[in-house]
Amino acid sequence: MTYPNHLHYTQEHEWVEVSGSLATVGITDHAQHQLGDIVYVELPRPGTAVESGKVCGTVESVKAVSEIFSPVSGEVRETNAALTEAPETVNQDPHAKGWMIRVQLSGDGLPDGLLSAEQYEKFASEEAG
Amino acid sequence: MASSTASSQQLLKTALNATHRASGARMVPFGGWEMPVEYSGIISEHMGVRTRAGLFDVSHMGRVDVIGSQTLSMLQQITCNDVSRLQDGQAQYSALMNEHGGIVDDILVHKVADHHYFLCINAARRDADLAWMRQHTPPGVEVRNLSDETSQIALQGPRALEILQPFTSVDLAQIRYYWFTSGEVSGVPCRIARTGYTGEDGFELYLPVAESERIWKELLSAGSPHETLPCGLGARNTLRLEAGMLLYGHDMDETTTPLESGLGWIAKLGKGSFLGSDVLARQKAEGVPSQLAGFRMLGRPIARDDAPVHHNGQPVGKVTSGSHAPFLKQNIGLARLPATLANPGQKIQIEIRGTMAEAEIVPTPFYKRPKKSAGGEAGT
Repeated sequence: MTYPNHLHYTQEHEWVEVSGSLATVGITDHAQHQLGDIVYVELPRPGTAVESGKVCGTVESVKAVSEIFSPVSGEVRETNAALTEAPETVNQDPHAKGWMIRVQLSGDGLPDGLLSAEQYEKFASEEAG
Repeated sequence: MASSTASSQQLLKTALNATHRASGARMVPFGGWEMPVEYSGIISEHMGVRTRAGLFDVSHMGRVDVIGSQTLSMLQQITCNDVSRLQDGQAQYSALMNEHGGIVDDILVHKVADHHYFLCINAARRDADLAWMRQHTPPGVEVRNLSDETSQIALQGPRALEILQPFTSVDLAQIRYYWFTSGEVSGVPCRIARTGYTGEDGFELYLPVAESERIWKELLSAGSPHETLPCGLGARNTLRLEAGMLLYGHDMDETTTPLESGLGWIAKLGKGSFLGSDVLARQKAEGVPSQLAGFRMLGRPIARDDAPVHHNGQPVGKVTSGSHAPFLKQNIGLARLPATLANPGQKIQIEIRGTMAEAEIVPTPFYKRPKKSAGGEAGT
C-alpha cells in the first residue's frame, strides 16, 4: 500500500486531507492493519470542537481499542455515517471511503509537524520493525 | 491512534514460530510466549472455524504426565472434579485447587491407564502448576513435564473429522467428545483427543516437537479444499467466549472458587475431601458472594476486560472478558457480580470511557453448536 501524496500524516497514524478551510480526517492503512477487523467507530457529533493532538474519537477492532487523535483544530462539520453500519470500510479503504470526520479549520490552519506521504511511510515501516 | 510494540526478546517460542512468521501471522506476547494473534483476520478465522475448520498452534499450553501407584489419590486431593469417574481414554475438565478453594489453574485431566494420567495446563500457569503439583506429590508418584518435547495442534470446526481422517487409521468417529486415543497421524505417534476450546467439534493432537511443522503444513494443505485457515489466539478467544468457556486469569483465578465462576458442575463434593473442599461445602450451603454471569450489550459500544459494572448508580463488579462476538454479531462478555444480580434478564450498566452503557444478563453459553448424531455431546 502506498500512501497518497495529497494527504498529510501524523505520528499517531491519522491522515488529513485539506480542501480550502475543510479538513477530512481518517486513520492510515498502517493503523487499520495494526488494529485488525474494525467493528466499531465512535466519532464526535457535528458541532463539537476538536483540538490538534487531542482525542476526538475511538476505533475498536475485535481485539483492541484505540483512540483517534485529531490532527487539526476546528469544529466538526460532518461525520462518516456509513461507518455506523459498515465499520469494516475503514479496513477496506482507509484513505478514502473510510474517512471519519470533516472539520472546519480554525484560524491557525494546519499545525506544524505533519508528515508527508514519504516521511510517514518511512516512519510506519520503522515502527512495524 | 496510539500503538505499542512489545519486545519479542525473552519470549518463549513454540516449534511452529518460524512457520507462523513465514505465513504472515501477526505475533504478540501471550503468557510469556510469542504467539500468533491473527493470520487473515480474527473475524474470518472465527467464521471459518464455526462453518468449516481452522488450525491452531496451542503448543504454549503445558503438558504433564503424572505417573505412579498413588496418582489417583494425589489428583483427587489437588483437583475438584472426580478423577475416579474417568475410564481409560477419557478426558475431564477440572481445576487445580488451593486450600482456600481458589483455582490455581483450570486443566484437562486425561486418564491414559491406571496409575498414568496426562494433564493439559495453561501456558502462563506452567511454572505455578508444576511447583504446586510437586509440593503435593506423594512418594510413588512422578510428575513429568512433557511441554518442551511435545507440540499441541488443534483442528477445530465441523469439517475437522473429514480433514483429519485420511491421515490416520484410527476411526475418528469412534472417539467421543472428551475422549482420546493413541494413534499415528501421518506416520507419527500422537495422542488424538476430541477436545477443544472453540465450542465446535474438533481434535487436539499431542505430538513430538520434531514432527509438528510437517504435520501442521500437511493438515493445512489437506484443509485447503475446505478453506481451512490457520488461526491465532484472537479467534481462539472470541470462539471460546461465544461458547461460554472461561479464561484463566480473567474469569477466574486463585481468589475465586469454582462455585463463584459458574463451575459448580466440576466441584464434586461427594468424592471426599480435597484442597479447598471445606470452603466449597460452606459456599454450597450458604451461597456465594459473587458470581460470573454472561451479558450482552444493548447498545453499540464493546465492554472490555476490567470495565466497571454498575447497578442503581453503584459500582458492583467488573467485566472479566468482553468482546465483539463475530458469529453472533453481538457485543458480549462475562462479568463478576454480586450473586443476586447474576440472573438472566437483569439490566446492568457498564462504564465504557466514562459513559454508562446498558447491558443485560443472559444465559451462557452464548453460542451452542448445532447437534449432530455423531460424536455425541459433552459428559461431565
